Amino acid sequence: MASQSMRPPLRASRVNVFSRRIKSGLVGGLAVLATIAVIVPLIAILLYLLKQGVTSLNWNFFTKIPVPAGESGGGMENAIVGSGVILALASLIGIPLGIGAGIYLAEYGRDRRMGNIVRFTADVLNGVPSIVMGIAIYALIVLPQKHFSAFAGGVVLGVMMVPTVTRTTEEMLRMVPHAIREAALGLGVPAWRSALTITLRTASAGIVTGCMLAFARVAGETAPLLFTAFGNAFQSTSLNEPIAALPLQIFVYAVSPYDEWHRLAWAGALVLIVLIIASVALVRYVVSRGTLKGAS
Amino acid sequence: MTQPAKIRVPEPVSPLPDAKPTVVTHSAVRTFLRGRGNSAVADATFRGLVFLCALSIFGIVVLIAWELISRSQLTLAKFGIGFFFRSAWDPVNNNFGAWPFIYGTLMSSFLALLISVPFALGVAIFLTEMCPKWLRAPLSFLTELLAAIPSVVYGLWAIFVLIPLLRDHVNPMLMFTLGWTGLFTPPNAGYSMLAAGVVLAIMILPIISSLTREVMTSVPMVQREGVLALGATRWEMIRIGVLRNARIGIVGAIILGLGRALGETMAVTMVIGNRPEIVKSLLAPGYTMASVLANEFSEATSDMYLSALIEIGLALFLVTIVVNACARLLVWMVTRGAPARVA
Amino acid sequence: MGVGIEVSDLNAWYGTNHTLKDIQLNIPANHATALIGPSGCGKSTFVRCLNRMHETNPIARVTGKVLINDVDIYAEASPVEIRRRVGMVFQRPNPFPTMSIYDNVASGLKLNGFRNRRVLDEVVERSLRQSALWEEVKDELKKKSGASLSGGQQQRLCIARALAVDPEVLLMDEPASALDPVSTAKIEDLIFELKSQYTIVIVTHNMQQAARVAENTGFFLMGKLVEFDSTHKIFTNPSDKRTEDYITGRFG
Repeated sequence: MASQSMRPPLRASRVNVFSRRIKSGLVGGLAVLATIAVIVPLIAILLYLLKQGVTSLNWNFFTKIPVPAGESGGGMENAIVGSGVILALASLIGIPLGIGAGIYLAEYGRDRRMGNIVRFTADVLNGVPSIVMGIAIYALIVLPQKHFSAFAGGVVLGVMMVPTVTRTTEEMLRMVPHAIREAALGLGVPAWRSALTITLRTASAGIVTGCMLAFARVAGETAPLLFTAFGNAFQSTSLNEPIAALPLQIFVYAVSPYDEWHRLAWAGALVLIVLIIASVALVRYVVSRGTLKGAS
Repeated sequence: MTQPAKIRVPEPVSPLPDAKPTVVTHSAVRTFLRGRGNSAVADATFRGLVFLCALSIFGIVVLIAWELISRSQLTLAKFGIGFFFRSAWDPVNNNFGAWPFIYGTLMSSFLALLISVPFALGVAIFLTEMCPKWLRAPLSFLTELLAAIPSVVYGLWAIFVLIPLLRDHVNPMLMFTLGWTGLFTPPNAGYSMLAAGVVLAIMILPIISSLTREVMTSVPMVQREGVLALGATRWEMIRIGVLRNARIGIVGAIILGLGRALGETMAVTMVIGNRPEIVKSLLAPGYTMASVLANEFSEATSDMYLSALIEIGLALFLVTIVVNACARLLVWMVTRGAPARVA
Repeated sequence: MGVGIEVSDLNAWYGTNHTLKDIQLNIPANHATALIGPSGCGKSTFVRCLNRMHETNPIARVTGKVLINDVDIYAEASPVEIRRRVGMVFQRPNPFPTMSIYDNVASGLKLNGFRNRRVLDEVVERSLRQSALWEEVKDELKKKSGASLSGGQQQRLCIARALAVDPEVLLMDEPASALDPVSTAKIEDLIFELKSQYTIVIVTHNMQQAARVAENTGFFLMGKLVEFDSTHKIFTNPSDKRTEDYITGRFG
């Protein structure tokens, strides 16, 4: 009886193992296929973008402003300059606020209720659609002023930068070893001085690249600029007037019926992509090296 | 009892004569430092400043909510909650109802999840559990790149590559094989709900994938080893040792992808056709909440029109906040608050 | 010149953990005093109470009196001011990685606002000479970063950094435990030379080190100071049986 009841499970388990192995291999294969199905089109997209963009990029692109549809030889110089103006204002707003908040979270807000709430709110703010941000700033600035402006565009992008810069600053500051802070404390350096000149400076490489990443992200944003900066066919650097911006221009050209404008859109897209790739790569490089330079 | 080893204590030696210290600098340094005093004021000021910066984050959220609520009062008063369930969009006669846009947002996001989740999970499983070390960095770099490409660039690519591909090759096949379901019927213009769903899927895939990977790697190795030690195959180890533990976080990752899809504007606007109609066929054009805002906001002529649009923005704001908050909570429960670099 | 330290009724807690119990101790000026004891006995906590580093931990608490040069450091001065007068060298060398050797040594002064270039140069040279590092780095003071030195050199750099602010007391928490024997010997020589100018308190696991370097030794056990006497007496004829057990290796 005992020996009889032992036999069937052994036979069944052999078949069982076989089918389980098949299943495992199948799932593994599916995972590989999924990865290929994702990576191959991605590379195809990137290569296509590169090809279209490179063939469209020429000197005129960077130096001329748009010409009427149908003519050739125009460029996106006003959009590039315009983006520069907006992004400069955005950085002036977003980076100091973000770094300050990041310092608070890392130095005074660890494991504390207030710190956790701020952290959570920053993450949630990151998820608010950019177009909603645009509407809010439109209501706040454009409506009272009764005109679109580069100023409004700069404010909305700056506000969008804050949560990203905050989180990356906090992350980088947390990576500074406690021993460094202790050394500064032991020397009788005031807490505020230690936070700025020692902790912040040690993490500076990481923080700078975090800011670059936030910068690159808002550089590509179109939706919030639709009704703040609004766009401008001409050269302008005034903060009080509507201004052109690269992603805005790309949008307008992409949905237009003119081939020449499509060409310019591709070139603009390439410029944006290059900026993005550079920042992502830089951030990865800095993070992989760690925040301590020359650490033994 | 054995004699315990004694420590040999050297005879005390008189200290070596030291170099003559510069007496001047001694007291100069000490006097200087003595005079530096307490830094309590500076410390408190600094702490106050950075706290204000942190508060600005709350300020921003409150500001957005305030503007959205106060500027949508007109339509809130006129239509009430029914605004979201009516199908009307007639600016001339001030008759507004947001249902077509809500339907469009939900349908396009649902499609996007349907398409992207299997692939995202597959990629995550591959990269976390199966990928050879040398391949991991370049592949994850590529997925991070995918996440960082601006929406308008995706839209540009979609117009010139995806739409023709769908219109000329994929859609006819879908109409032929699945046309009986009523989901794939002519007209086939290319600019469609389906196109929007596909573009959104591509855009949210890296987010779901990275977050899933983060959640999966936070499951401790001992869980995997324990299951393997019981004789599990690799898939069983992944399923039982990792996925089961990370289940909640993976759901969170998917919801986060949903949150992103709900608010995605430019790429969708460029491919969805922008027609405020609800049609069963996925090959027909549609309209989303974000798209109507993008297209019509700067042309809103009347206060009522503007109010209707802002009310849509308010709805989008509230929905995405709730969705994102839930998602972050779920992910946090598994990773215990590890920094989320995924925006 | 160094000053004496008088400790009375010192108690310290980490949260609910009572780490130091009723410590009474007089540390003489211009001598080296070693503190020995098994792991977790509270000697590191004690030393960190002497420059108010213990309280940087949010769950830490201290009661009692510590007089340094007749100034009650807990009642009459702020922690920042105390730490400028009581220097500390930690177990693992921790030079500031983004600063050069020169800036590391001068950091205690520069970060407190000291500007006089000439005096800074003098102070840096004096401190590096005192920590026997000058000859090795004098040509690369501003070019090499603090973190690019070897372990033993880094620790001497940290000692120089602590000495540059001209402290009255120098606290050393197992300064050589992370170093190789050659560097350890160099550090011990250093302490030998420095103790005529400063009051040095050194925590050590290594009893031979205490015997080599210090005139007086205190034995800590489970938060209490069991015995404090001249090194010679502690190691040859201790009064307390627990001390004898520890010295002879019966535990710890």
